[in-house]
Amino acid sequence: MSKVLMKGNEAIGEAAIRAGALNYFAYPITPQSEVAEYLSRRMPEVGGHFLQGESEVAVSYMIFGAAGCGERVFTTSSSPGISLMSEGISYIIGAECPAVFVNIMRGGPGLGGILPSQADYLQATRGVGHGDCRLLVLAPASVQEAVEMVMTAFPLAEKYRNPVMVLGDGLIGQMMEPVEFPDNLKSAPSNKDDWATNGMDTRGRKTRNLVKSLFLDPVELNEHNLKIKRKYEQMEREEVRFEGYNQDGAYRALIVSFGTMSRVCRTAIDIMKADGLEVAMIRPQTLFPYPLQAVRDAAWKKGCQAVFSIEMNMGQMVEDVRLAVQGRCPVHWYGKCGGEVPTPEEVVETVRAVVQ
Amino acid sequence: MQNEVKITGFGGQGVMLMGKIVAHAAMEQGFEVVWIPSYGPEMRGGTAYCTVVISDRPIGSPIIQNPRHLVAMNRPSLEKFAPTVKPGGVIFVNGSLISVRCDRDDVDEFVVPIIEIAKEVGNVRTANIVAIGAFVARSGFVDFERLRESVKTEFAAKAKLIPINLKALEAGRQAAEKY
Repeated sequence: MSKVLMKGNEAIGEAAIRAGALNYFAYPITPQSEVAEYLSRRMPEVGGHFLQGESEVAVSYMIFGAAGCGERVFTTSSSPGISLMSEGISYIIGAECPAVFVNIMRGGPGLGGILPSQADYLQATRGVGHGDCRLLVLAPASVQEAVEMVMTAFPLAEKYRNPVMVLGDGLIGQMMEPVEFPDNLKSAPSNKDDWATNGMDTRGRKTRNLVKSLFLDPVELNEHNLKIKRKYEQMEREEVRFEGYNQDGAYRALIVSFGTMSRVCRTAIDIMKADGLEVAMIRPQTLFPYPLQAVRDAAWKKGCQAVFSIEMNMGQMVEDVRLAVQGRCPVHWYGKCGGEVPTPEEVVETVRAVVQ
Repeated sequence: MQNEVKITGFGGQGVMLMGKIVAHAAMEQGFEVVWIPSYGPEMRGGTAYCTVVISDRPIGSPIIQNPRHLVAMNRPSLEKFAPTVKPGGVIFVNGSLISVRCDRDDVDEFVVPIIEIAKEVGNVRTANIVAIGAFVARSGFVDFERLRESVKTEFAAKAKLIPINLKALEAGRQAAEKY
């Protein structure tokens, strides 16, 4: 298939359809409303379902319901909307159902603003809901990568029976870039008959499947949490993804940056390279599980004097960078948020202030 | 080599579409492309703009503070963005609405009365296509033939609008030589 020029939000909607996710529940919010607009037209064409919930809270339980029935289901929202969904997300994790949540982040806190931001990093990687719950978080840096990650998210969610979040900033949703869609997703044989409430009689089952997050027996709940924990540990072993930039030769500083911000850093690195200052970058593509080892190896490389976490927020991923670097070299943070995207020149200045 | 244009105006003047047509032409020409709209408070009744970045290699920062070129469809946009244009760039001015000039001697500022030209073409609503024809002809931002194809693609769903828009594009190209 040839390339098409598409807005990130529309491409995300199309990618989900091509992944076979024909159930979409959502509530509009800038800067991702075009996903709902696009799918309100496309879903009926492909025999899918789009229902606009009365609120994001309701949407999260529509997702829970469909996921519990073993259906491929997803939603898209932006920061305040994801906060409203957090209760449902925790229930879905507790009940071990697969689903995909796309967060096209805007500035906060509260209503904040509608311009791009990466200020939900900690929410996505640490505090997406109450209880011991985690999401597998994918962070695209282009419209093409958003498409690929949305299509990857569904099999990952099903592999772990755990929700997956695609975490982009407002620019990923709003900008247009050329996109080439991968082949439609062919699903692996599903084990959903073993757990989903998808009908007993027609499948010849003798017992009912039960989807629930309530475990009143403390021993049972502890066992349940240990089981979920083992899934997160498996994610840490099997799903870490990252990309390096200008990392092969010697370098004097390391930048860690994700999403749109990493593209600004790439330009900054090119500017510094032309000036004779070699700086490398690690771009985490999974935020949970985090590429701790890759950041550590890159930071500990001989000659690297400092590490910079550059983010469109007030310093969130820098906590993971510090965990990775373990004090072996200084870790600095630079960022802006709420629509103020740091420029390549600001990144250069930040690095140059420390590394001569 | 990277090249950028910021296309600016009031909401309703078709600036987003202008950017999309140029971006599509660039993609067909084999460039890497990013099109970014202003979707912030500007949309709600002030200036609207989009930026098109094209490059022969993957595009780093999609946010451009200092574009190579500017297309100004209204006065507030010209006043706000003309100082940000890189030296040597083209500044297109919608002469039908803008009575001031940017007063820079290090850029190629040119003024085209696009509304009058669009009326001659036969539909005032093609003024944005006139502008894009004039800008591309003057700046060489993308191949003009690709631009024609891109206009056809854009209006494919309303095929009866294709001839008049191609006429408007051509009128813009001629205006670029005249003004």
